[in-house]
Amino acid sequence: MTWMRQHLMPVLTVVAAIIALWYAGAVALNAPWAYDQAKRADRDLSFSALVAETWSQDKPKLPAPHQVVAEIWKTSGDMVLRGKAFSKRSLVFHGWITLSATMLGFILGTGFGILLAIGIVHNRAMDMSVMPWVIASQTIPILAIAPMVVVVMNSIGFAGLVPKSIISMYLSFFPVVVGMTKGLRSPDAMEMDQMRTWNAGAWKTLISLRLPSSMPYLFTSLKVAIAASLVGAIVGELPINQDGGLGARMLVGSYYGQTIQIWSALLTAAALAACLVGLVGLVQGITLRRMGMAR
Amino acid sequence: MIWVVATILFWLVAWWINLKLSHRPRTRLTSFLVPGLFGITLLILWEGMVRGFAINPVLLPAPSAIGLAFATSLPVLWVDFVQTFVKGALSGYAIGCSAAFLIAIAVDRSPFLQRGLLPVGNFVAALPIIGMAPILVMWFGFDWQSKSAVVVVMVFFPMLVNTVQGLQASDHMQRDLMQTYAASYPQALMKLRLPAAMPFVFNGLKICTTLALIGAIVAEFFGSPIKGMGFRISTEVGRLALDMVWAEIAVAALAGSAFYGCVAVIEKAVTFWHPSQRRG
Amino acid sequence: MSDAVIKAEALSLTFQTNDGPVHALKDINLEIGKGEFVSFIGPSGCGKTTFLRCVAALETPTAGSLTVNGLSPDDARRARAYGYVFQAAGLYPWRTIGGNIRLPLEIMGYSRAEQAARVKQVLDLVDLAGFEKKFPWQLSGGMQQRASIARALAFDADILLMDEPFGALDEIVRDHLNEQLLALWAKTEKTIGFVTHSIPEAVYLSTRIVVMSPRPGRIADIITSTLPRERPLDIRDTPEFLAIAHRVREGLRAGHAYDD
Repeated sequence: MTWMRQHLMPVLTVVAAIIALWYAGAVALNAPWAYDQAKRADRDLSFSALVAETWSQDKPKLPAPHQVVAEIWKTSGDMVLRGKAFSKRSLVFHGWITLSATMLGFILGTGFGILLAIGIVHNRAMDMSVMPWVIASQTIPILAIAPMVVVVMNSIGFAGLVPKSIISMYLSFFPVVVGMTKGLRSPDAMEMDQMRTWNAGAWKTLISLRLPSSMPYLFTSLKVAIAASLVGAIVGELPINQDGGLGARMLVGSYYGQTIQIWSALLTAAALAACLVGLVGLVQGITLRRMGMAR
Repeated sequence: MIWVVATILFWLVAWWINLKLSHRPRTRLTSFLVPGLFGITLLILWEGMVRGFAINPVLLPAPSAIGLAFATSLPVLWVDFVQTFVKGALSGYAIGCSAAFLIAIAVDRSPFLQRGLLPVGNFVAALPIIGMAPILVMWFGFDWQSKSAVVVVMVFFPMLVNTVQGLQASDHMQRDLMQTYAASYPQALMKLRLPAAMPFVFNGLKICTTLALIGAIVAEFFGSPIKGMGFRISTEVGRLALDMVWAEIAVAALAGSAFYGCVAVIEKAVTFWHPSQRRG
Repeated sequence: MSDAVIKAEALSLTFQTNDGPVHALKDINLEIGKGEFVSFIGPSGCGKTTFLRCVAALETPTAGSLTVNGLSPDDARRARAYGYVFQAAGLYPWRTIGGNIRLPLEIMGYSRAEQAARVKQVLDLVDLAGFEKKFPWQLSGGMQQRASIARALAFDADILLMDEPFGALDEIVRDHLNEQLLALWAKTEKTIGFVTHSIPEAVYLSTRIVVMSPRPGRIADIITSTLPRERPLDIRDTPEFLAIAHRVREGLRAGHAYDD
């Protein structure tokens, strides 16, 4: 009960406020066109008619939430029911393409990130030479060159999943390196000395002390990494749209002024991000509880 | 072949020097020299491989070719820089960050709203907000205003979340102390909560520097006038003039690091008292 | 005693928690006169800190009456009747020592000249002259706590409330600060309420010792000290001192008898 009052109610209030703002924005932004239409048809527009009109246009400047939800249902759940889940017009199809690129990039990036962090922690030369560049690279807008990577890789014959995954990998790689380096170094001097008194080597120390104590850090960076990975995959889909994917849906939508389509792709991407981050959070909760670290 | 051998030789020598250097006690010089040498090694490795294996410049131009393109097209790069960074990214950064800061202070007196805004803000900050770019380009036109708008949306939530958290950062004892002084709300805000929030605020500001540049560049892929870094990258990629693309990337990298560096320097001056800043 | 500075009558405070009500204070009757040094001692959970927080209007009692200088605690707080010293120094890391001591003066609207004069005066009082421009994190724990006492002394409050101010410090520093606190009290003639869980500290410092017991938090014994006002550190070896300490210990044990 307290949990509901303390957390659920405030969140619901804020979400409700956002949706209300959205509807109001739809009225404000779509009103000019509605007035224009009414003037051409030579009829008066009462306020209620105006509201109804602005919430049901075909190509509104800002589609109302229910229009977007209807579009999402039409292109996902409805198509699944009709057995056309993987048709080219289905969001399930496009979402799946984006998701597979995201996951491939995320797994590769996390793997490389963990390995590099282990190297940095154990090798002083590597720490001193690589770490400053890892941090500096955070300040560089890598995402902005994503389309270039895709185009160039396409021109040498790597098409489809791989180029996008490389961008995703790149984006998910950095948070993992930084978080894991911090995590592997988190055991304090006392714990490290304890290992030394047992004459544990670097490998034993890594397995039985450093890795377990780095878990909370790892999961925190994994959440950032998977969200970044999804963003990378979507941006990677922008330049080449025949392969499909949520990013391609957005671009095609923007070519043809299909605002409802853009918003539905956007909301699907948001839902996907929420699911992925939530999933990592779930695994985090279970793992940390098993390890007795849950707070 | 000579190129490849020479490069690998240089790499080995540089690695050996770095190993030696890093085992000496850490000084200001070595902590600058070691990563510097590593960076130079990467560049030379790149150059040597491109020359040695005669890699097609369409695929990967050598650093020297990029440097040449950079030097010969400075005026174009400058125009692009002004359009994308100064007009698009900076204006959006300023508007977005200050709006988020002010709203965080506005909801400060309502714990209810804070408890609602924090999870929602954290959630939105993890979303692919960049996808808003095509919509905002439709709304605000092709010029820098739409880029600025994209940047505003991108930086708003990370900044909001950090500021709200920062304003909660002062501990109970310090708040009780303010109570015993019968301090008014504005006094407690100005003298305690805002200074205590500064490390969080600057954390948000630093995250947002990169986001701002990304937002401004990516938004140009959805339409822009015939200038701007994103515009140049996408058109030069189309013409397969990769040296120019890399020159733009170099500009973006320089601008991004300099922007971040500026914020970090201000942070150091403002939050000198924070444990993370006390030692050099 | 008509000149009671702090006066509690049948004071009670009950917290509502998920595990049912907790009686933090029950039926507290106490009068503290002007210029007294009263210590509150007892095991954790006996309500000694809660009582001090009630006096400071940081908690609101649920029953009974409490007056400070004849006013309600909250009005007294608004009138800036007391300085409060917490267990940790709680100095702001972004302000210098001088800046920290100036903080309450800025809030209370003292003039700049007055601020400077007072900062200098209290820094001398706690033996920290010359450290005005240092930052708190450049000082030792004992010095930080002295600075926080100086901060509580800087404005004209004739009541000083101290909540285990020396609890986090080591024995040697604590002895030194106890001695200094007595000297300070003699010089300033303030009324002091002092929470501690150290028997020697309570006996050494106080004119009266309030022994409290937990669940519900109430007063088990009030002991009036027979020690002279002038107290060198070695007074702690005299039979008189040991006798008072013994009585305090008895009071604490009695409070615990039916507890566990």
